[in-house]
Amino acid sequence: MSKFTMHILVCGGTGCISSQSNEIVEQLKFHINAANMSEEVQVLKTGCFGFCEKGPVVKILPDNTFYVQVTPEDAEELVKEHIVKGRKVERLLYSDPTTEKKVSDSKHMDFYKKQMRVALRNCGFIDPDNIEEYIARDGYSALGQALSMTQQEVIDEVKKSGLRGRGGGGFPTGLKWEFAYKNEADQKYVVCNADEGDPGAFMDRSILEGDPHSVVEAMAICGYAIGATQGLVYIRAEYPLAIKRLEKAIKDAREYGLLGKNILGSDLEFDIEIKFGAGAFVCGEETALIHSMEGMRGEPTTKPPFPAASGYWAKPTNVNNVETFANIPVIFLKGADWFASIGTEKSKGTKVFALAGKINNVGLIEVPMGITLREVIYDIGGGIKDGKKFKSVQTGGPSGGCLTEKDLDTPIDFDNLIAKGSMMGSGGMIVMDEDDCMPAVAKFYLEFTEEESCGKCTPCRVGTKRLLEILEKITQGKGTMEDIDTLRELSHVIKDTALCGLGQTAPNPILSTLDIFYDEYVAHIKDKKCPAGQCNALLQYKITDKCIGCTACARVCPTNAISGAVKQKHLIDQEKCIKCGACMDKCKFAAIIKE
Amino acid sequence: MPKIMSLDELKSLRDNVKNKVDLREKGENVDEMVVIRVAMATCGIASGARDTMNFFAELVRENELNNVVITQSGCMGYCYAEPTVEVTLPGKEPVVYGHVNKEKAKEILEKHIKSGEMVDGIIPVAHKSLDE
Repeated sequence: MSKFTMHILVCGGTGCISSQSNEIVEQLKFHINAANMSEEVQVLKTGCFGFCEKGPVVKILPDNTFYVQVTPEDAEELVKEHIVKGRKVERLLYSDPTTEKKVSDSKHMDFYKKQMRVALRNCGFIDPDNIEEYIARDGYSALGQALSMTQQEVIDEVKKSGLRGRGGGGFPTGLKWEFAYKNEADQKYVVCNADEGDPGAFMDRSILEGDPHSVVEAMAICGYAIGATQGLVYIRAEYPLAIKRLEKAIKDAREYGLLGKNILGSDLEFDIEIKFGAGAFVCGEETALIHSMEGMRGEPTTKPPFPAASGYWAKPTNVNNVETFANIPVIFLKGADWFASIGTEKSKGTKVFALAGKINNVGLIEVPMGITLREVIYDIGGGIKDGKKFKSVQTGGPSGGCLTEKDLDTPIDFDNLIAKGSMMGSGGMIVMDEDDCMPAVAKFYLEFTEEESCGKCTPCRVGTKRLLEILEKITQGKGTMEDIDTLRELSHVIKDTALCGLGQTAPNPILSTLDIFYDEYVAHIKDKKCPAGQCNALLQYKITDKCIGCTACARVCPTNAISGAVKQKHLIDQEKCIKCGACMDKCKFAAIIKE
Repeated sequence: MPKIMSLDELKSLRDNVKNKVDLREKGENVDEMVVIRVAMATCGIASGARDTMNFFAELVRENELNNVVITQSGCMGYCYAEPTVEVTLPGKEPVVYGHVNKEKAKEILEKHIKSGEMVDGIIPVAHKSLDE
């Protein structure tokens, strides 16, 4: 019987840990001990709360008080004021940016108001290292329930829920399970794809860090449904915390008889092994992932055969993404009909997004499908940083595209985003403002795909390289109008001929920005100007009449490009200038401008 | 840990460990809960506040009151009347009782919490503090 009458939850996600949340936990425990209250007050580390912008987050229950940007030095005051005297520490509460009022409870924060947590239901609520807390939240009951159904019934339930793969493809999960179930073999495998590779995406990592048992349970359900006894989690080695918590979860589940032989007294045998990846983007593609797990080069092969027919060691294999699995237990606990009641006609349930870029509330959010981009960016995300103008939002990572002002009221779902020239992808959402240069954004993504291309097929290996070269030419002001035609033509050839999803989608950022921001490309080529002021090669630093001749800039210039006598206006030699910006940073009179 | 051998065993384990997260689940909706706050500073504990709190927990469990949260505060300042207990019904102002022993606790639960009827022993709010 737990005697605790107060719980202090401290965010233990990777983001908050790097802002010292481990030290906060230690300090809180120390001061609670000093106040002689360690029998009443429990301090625990949970998974990600999602509000990374304001981390580290500390939540006190039952008072339902949400403290933001807490430091280890604040621990003493939190204990002495809030815990001992029952007074909220105002200065650590979240302050509403519009009303400037303090908000103490997360339910009343704009960031949380429109969210709906299904896959993240336990993140920031339970101690991920404690299996009993997961069980207390009805954990493993869904597995028990599934075991009382036939395999086909379990698959039908998943089909009925309308759940689609959350890794990017959006393939119906139930159907995928059915294919693997119907392919008979002496051995089958369940694989969890935790090779999250999109730049800026951290949904899967957060789920594994905050609620690893939900994935373990779902894999066991899947194992039962398709008739597999072995599960594998393919996770990148650069996620050490997620790996540690997953290892602990698997070990505990074995001890409790929830993995292994005769699970919950039934005939079900299922166990999970972790396979480490080296962090290659292409290994998120399921055939490449399987080859990598087999110890071969992480290169894709053509489909068919699909993994459901011939996957890991040529046996029927079902591969699902982390977030997809995290939804499975809820479908059994609350029913497929409940799940199917959320979302749009063809996209059911919720989606987790990693909000990043020029937005006020950077963080991890989960919203029902069908919510508009406007709600996500302005209501949840709190709008654009520093009052700048919204320009575009990039979804779907390096395979996706850009959406603009006119798309803001489109309900987000798999099909709508594709119709608008982007895609859902795994859930990265990067917001850009007026200072972002779109050809440079396309170049950034091409740099990524060019480097991550495995090199097996020519269109991707050579094609992405050539695309990148042309983009470099354009952003340096050396492009020609013919280059735009070449970009388009080459993009289409790569899309049509590349072997796997990486190559087939790599040109998307170019095609999408060419479509929407054609003028910016033209400005780079014809006017030799970067409208957003990002492409260094097209910028000139100039000294205006505000210059009082203090010589500070001339002294800091690494190439001695600035000349001028003391107390007289200085001049920059554009030939010598390397556009490092050191002079502009140094000038105290705002006399140096960039145009 | 012996292995869980059936869904029923899993359910009974769940019921046993439910209290690990119960306080948090209720705390998320604390506005709709009855909150019993026991003053647990040194003076309170010396006068038996810990027993009072444990007794409240027992009563709540026996009576299966799912809308009650028991928590603690530090010193409320009424050291002469310890153990002190603050009871807040949803949407109402908090009420503080002094000298709460087991007998009083039972009375508070039966009358105040179950039917909203206040009982003797209330410490009147004599003044508001300067910062209010």
